[in-house]
Amino acid sequence: MNMEEQNGSAGAGRREEAQPEEICPGKKGKLDLEAAKARIAETKGPEFWRSLEELAGSEEFQQMMHREFPKGASEWLDSVSRRGFMKLMGASVALAGMTACTKQPLEPIVPYVKQPEEVIPGRPLFYATAFTFGGYAAPLLVESHLFRPTKIEGNDKHPVSLGGTDVYAQASILEMYDPDRSQHIVHLGDYKPWSNFQHDLRGALDAQQSSHGAGIRILTGSFSSPTLADQLHSFLSAYPAAKWHVYDAVSRDNVTAGAQMAFGKVVDAQYQLENADVIVSLDADFLYAGFPGFTKYARDYARRRNPDAGNMSRLYVVESTPTSTGVKADHRLPVLASEVEPFARALASAVGVGASGGSLGGDQGKYVAALSRELQAHRGSSIVIAGPQQPAVVHALAHAINQQLGNVGKTVVYTDPVVAAGQAGSLQDLIADMRGGKVQLLIIMGGNPVFNAPTDLNFADALKNTNIPFRVHLGLYQDETAELCHWHINEAHYLEAWGDTRAFDGTVSLVQPLIAPLYDGKSQYEFMASLLGQWQTSGHEVVQSYWQKQHPGADFEMFWRRSLHDGFIAGTAFAPVQVSAKTGGFPASSASAAQGTEINLRPDPSIYDGCFANNGWLQELPKPLSKLTWDNCLWMGPAMAARMGIEKRDMVQVDFNGKSLKLPVWIQAGHPDNAVTVFFGYGRVRAGRVGTGTGFNVYPFRSTSALWFGSGAKVTKVSGNYILASTQGYQTMDAGDESRPNVRTRTLDEYRKEPGFANADAPPPGLTLYPGYQWQYKNEPYEWGMTIDLNACVGCNNCIIACQSENNIAVVGKEQVNHGRHMHWLRVDAYYQGDRDNPRAYFQPVPCMQCENAPCELVCPVGATTHSTEGLNDMVYNRCVGTRYCSNNCPYKVRRFNFFLYQDWDTPQYKMMRNPDVTVRSRGVMEKCTYCVQRISEHRIDAERENRKIADTELQTACQQSCPANAIVFGNINDPNSQVTRLKKNQRNYGLLDDLNTRPRTTYLAEIRNPNPELEA
Amino acid sequence: MVQAIEVEPGENKAPVMASGHTFGSITDKVSAMVLTRPLTKGWIFGFAICFLILQWMLYAMCWLFFKGVGVWGVNIPIGWGFAIVNFVWWIGIGHAGTLISAILLLLRQSWRNSINRFAEAMTLFAVACAGMFPIFHLGRPWVFYWLFPYPNTMNYWPNFRSPLVWDVFAVSTYGTISLVFWFVGLIPDLATMRDHAEKKWIKTVYGMLALGWRNSTRHWSRYETAYLLLGGLATPLVLSVHTVVSFDFAIGIVPGWHTTIFPPYFVAGAIYSGFAMVLVLAIPIRKFYHLEDFITPRHLENSAMVMLATGWIVAYGYAFEAFMNWFGGDQYESYVRWNRIHGPYAPWYIALLMCNILIPQILWWRKVRLSNFWLFMISMDILIGMWLERFVIVVVSLHRDFLTSSFGMYYPTQFDWAIFIGTLGFFTACMFLFLRLLPAVPIFELRSLLPEAKAVEHE
Repeated sequence: MNMEEQNGSAGAGRREEAQPEEICPGKKGKLDLEAAKARIAETKGPEFWRSLEELAGSEEFQQMMHREFPKGASEWLDSVSRRGFMKLMGASVALAGMTACTKQPLEPIVPYVKQPEEVIPGRPLFYATAFTFGGYAAPLLVESHLFRPTKIEGNDKHPVSLGGTDVYAQASILEMYDPDRSQHIVHLGDYKPWSNFQHDLRGALDAQQSSHGAGIRILTGSFSSPTLADQLHSFLSAYPAAKWHVYDAVSRDNVTAGAQMAFGKVVDAQYQLENADVIVSLDADFLYAGFPGFTKYARDYARRRNPDAGNMSRLYVVESTPTSTGVKADHRLPVLASEVEPFARALASAVGVGASGGSLGGDQGKYVAALSRELQAHRGSSIVIAGPQQPAVVHALAHAINQQLGNVGKTVVYTDPVVAAGQAGSLQDLIADMRGGKVQLLIIMGGNPVFNAPTDLNFADALKNTNIPFRVHLGLYQDETAELCHWHINEAHYLEAWGDTRAFDGTVSLVQPLIAPLYDGKSQYEFMASLLGQWQTSGHEVVQSYWQKQHPGADFEMFWRRSLHDGFIAGTAFAPVQVSAKTGGFPASSASAAQGTEINLRPDPSIYDGCFANNGWLQELPKPLSKLTWDNCLWMGPAMAARMGIEKRDMVQVDFNGKSLKLPVWIQAGHPDNAVTVFFGYGRVRAGRVGTGTGFNVYPFRSTSALWFGSGAKVTKVSGNYILASTQGYQTMDAGDESRPNVRTRTLDEYRKEPGFANADAPPPGLTLYPGYQWQYKNEPYEWGMTIDLNACVGCNNCIIACQSENNIAVVGKEQVNHGRHMHWLRVDAYYQGDRDNPRAYFQPVPCMQCENAPCELVCPVGATTHSTEGLNDMVYNRCVGTRYCSNNCPYKVRRFNFFLYQDWDTPQYKMMRNPDVTVRSRGVMEKCTYCVQRISEHRIDAERENRKIADTELQTACQQSCPANAIVFGNINDPNSQVTRLKKNQRNYGLLDDLNTRPRTTYLAEIRNPNPELEA
Repeated sequence: MVQAIEVEPGENKAPVMASGHTFGSITDKVSAMVLTRPLTKGWIFGFAICFLILQWMLYAMCWLFFKGVGVWGVNIPIGWGFAIVNFVWWIGIGHAGTLISAILLLLRQSWRNSINRFAEAMTLFAVACAGMFPIFHLGRPWVFYWLFPYPNTMNYWPNFRSPLVWDVFAVSTYGTISLVFWFVGLIPDLATMRDHAEKKWIKTVYGMLALGWRNSTRHWSRYETAYLLLGGLATPLVLSVHTVVSFDFAIGIVPGWHTTIFPPYFVAGAIYSGFAMVLVLAIPIRKFYHLEDFITPRHLENSAMVMLATGWIVAYGYAFEAFMNWFGGDQYESYVRWNRIHGPYAPWYIALLMCNILIPQILWWRKVRLSNFWLFMISMDILIGMWLERFVIVVVSLHRDFLTSSFGMYYPTQFDWAIFIGTLGFFTACMFLFLRLLPAVPIFELRSLLPEAKAVEHE
């Protein structure tokens, strides 16, 4: 029978394996004592070895270890008794459980505020750390279950985050557990130990001693880590002829050059949006992730958008490619990217800066006139922000305008630059040196320049064909760049490594690891330590010793622990520097008259420059405006599409920069005519199983002369079309007439005249045919509810990823998204209104409404979705049989169904990543937003144990926690003093589809715009 | 043996049965279909094709079980696709059988006598086809029994507020009653088959199924009482089943579903499609088995007239639905009307109107009603039309409901088609077997139509 079969086959298997000569590894391979020594040298902490063979890491030993019971195999020749079999089975099962234990870092790390006596299984700990993106820190608290980081949240103590995060930080946890991350040190295609690399590196460095490192080049991305900067400078002083170069695909070179032009030195501008009455964005998308300080800006912006507070700010956005910031604008002016400079000059001239700006005609002229009047009227309380893709002169003009208007020190503060630059050179210089044969040792630390360097530099060719004898790549993935290097060192993820980094205000955050490196990766600090000849130094020692030097006092231990605990080093924020911008003498416009179509090159909103290509959460994250997933495309305005007879998903051929690409079209309302936008980052060839082969590589369009935009593109329609999987693109996104007031909106003046407009048509409370049968919540301790302030929401998508991470939501892939089967419990709908060339647009996050009269509950035949005594609409996964009737009957369509087995039940890394408090759903069941019921339960248990009620602010849903703009408020509506109760009494409060009398618990605060009456007319 | 069809003078109607038959000739002719007729090439060929289609369905169902309902085109917002469309369609088709057997029995419409047997068989097979879908469309079909109120340790019952639970009762009751009714109707004929069979094993099989029927007066007396009672029991089911099925939609709040006219309009539609299926089966059976004597133009014409009548009820339903969409003034309901005519599924809706309302109007012409070819074509057309109606109700209502952001499209996959066409194969394969193994026309009821039988009655 079955058991006998198993026994039989097991026995047979053992018999084959029990070949005696393989048992002792020493016989076959030669014992490599060198390797053993090297391994002893690199071990740290309590590590034990069983034999020299093991120590040497010999392959034979590994093979032997791989086969369990090599010696005991003969025992299995006898058939096992049933009793014996059961015993062994039991033992195997018990032992299998033990393998689930995870590794914790060796060095002590300090838990955050909720500091228990010891780790309690089932109770998470929160550790402060920081994620670095483009050189700027996102301060975090990371939830850890038994030393497995499971969820990333913003550090609410940190002045920059205040609890908010961005999509990249949220999704970085998936990157940490990515099974496709590089797991080995690779030398010419072979796996090699770290000691081998160190040995080779030592040789290469020794060879450079005589020339003081003249052949050494280090290429890094932007970073702000003081320790790493210190290490680099030490290295450069040890090898004075060596050179350090910096390259980022999404660079801030224009910003620094602009500051240089305006002030004669590089400074960073920090904007105080909470003090600004008028904000002008010159192509700056400061309300989306990737803009330094985004979380703080979103919060400050939202704070000033409360129409009931009486000091609502006004946002003007002049931009080419439509962005979330443009959506939030009170007045958005679509212009070509090359027209922003003339616009800035005209505006500067209008406010009195000698900018040699001509006067503009038409709409732009009108806009400039109104805007300059508005700015003049708000001297000291206005801001002009220029976007990083605009040339330096626009930045310099923005600085000049801010100074002219007396904004400096009030709404704009200048500080030293956060990003460490030192004596960094550009990528162009590096390539020139490479081609000149001056480079013998090239170290690429992070980044993927082979994929994302400007095409005219031909970095890949320079790397391949210039005969550099020693090329090293340190990176998280074996990407396109790793392929062309001799050595690839697998980098430790920031959640696995020690480090430090600066937030955009200069505050230093210490990065502490949440888990020991899953794949034995090396951090940049450890790598740099090796370069400095500190072969054994761990990342922890590097970082700690640096800060020991900075803080030499006897209280260092306290300082260290406090800084780790808080997540930042107090008092490290940069003080404002006094600079004076020049207000004239700007270089004349170099832009020639635009010919042909203008092309904008933008980083993808989800996968950025391509570095997140293998991140399924980000790939499937609907992009803020198009709601497109898994692909990039070419954006074109409706007017241009109509003229060319192009429809969504048609293919066009674009000729630009001597290259020709075929791309699918997305018609984006609000995109200026005669211009197109392409998003780079897609088309990776070595990204991993998720990202390889998605989208189109448009980097060939990027050259040093046209990094961000260029004119002269030729767009022609070609045959064929392409499937673009959008979560909301099936039909029009027009908000249309007032018949479907999903987003309710008024201008500020209208709102003041008619404050109750939002809920005028709402059914009276308690409208029912069965008045005696209403559940009485007043007897219950809690009645949960949520409000979402549409005025505050900036459409940054952060809530979606936070929800996905918190609730173990599956990624389904492009094909399934295209079938309408994406699984996001929370979505952000985008609606457009009015003129398609420059529409008003609105974001509306839609989680489950937890209706009091829930249409889904009525129709479920098995009672798998029921109402809780606290008002939640609960979903009982293991009762669900999957009729999907509940989803059909849900007017909000927030229910998601597991049409297939979407969850990855096998990959061990993902098992570690999941939130243990949330069921991992299987095939055939419905799921939906639960208001993070697991968090409610956790807090309820705590509160009950302490004999109190859950306090108003202590419990936050994942979406609420992550929202940088504080748009989402959740709480107990039974408590008359809770924040959510107060918001629900607000006049702007309305229920989506409230005319159906579903009595939703999630309600919205209507969006109020604050247009300038002068421009409105 | 085939006689020219006579139109009775004066009455202007074809007879229910051709003249010249005796008890013996009827018995011989019908029982010969099963007992002495050899396996024809046509039968083998037809059955083989249907059986192959059935295998295709089984393959698709295995894959469905293995992978999940994602192999279909369903999604969010269109949670129900072909499975529910087919379910409603098949259940509707099943209605004709019970209507003919039970209601026409109670109404003493003697013309039903020759077509009721295979109409009932058709009902049974149609209900079997229909019954598959609610189970297979579940996300987790292996726990379908949770919809039944069975005692369990969790003390957990189904949600009796859900129309799907009502469905379970309605359809299972209907299936059971149809089976019993059909089998009871077969008993005297099974005894006839037993008596006419020559091979021992065939005699044994029919003998066991005949439950010891000896044709005694006492048997007949009990039998007729029982049959009448069963007819009385089945009659409300004709109305209730599709009423309950329509509740699946009417109880929902989806615009296009939430309509009080659904129950009568669904029942009428069911009878409409049921009679169409009766004709689609009767016309070829009549031809290939030479049953023109028993299934006369009278039957065909009466069925056609029933279709014409129910067709108008259905048309009224459509009209009233559209009227209420406008009259109700509800924006979502108005949009349903607009979307049906102008939306992406407009061709389906227009085709539905053509198939169900416009084309069947040629039945007003008697020539058409008497033409086998045209009746067959129109019946097919009505079957397609009624399928489209369910498609429009299920899919077109769901694909655009309240929030414009959640609008979607439904594209059936090969598995949707495989299982739909597969049930057609299953259904026809069952019909082939039925024709081969059981008397397709009730012998004893036909005999009761003879003047001799009436004479006996009058005595």
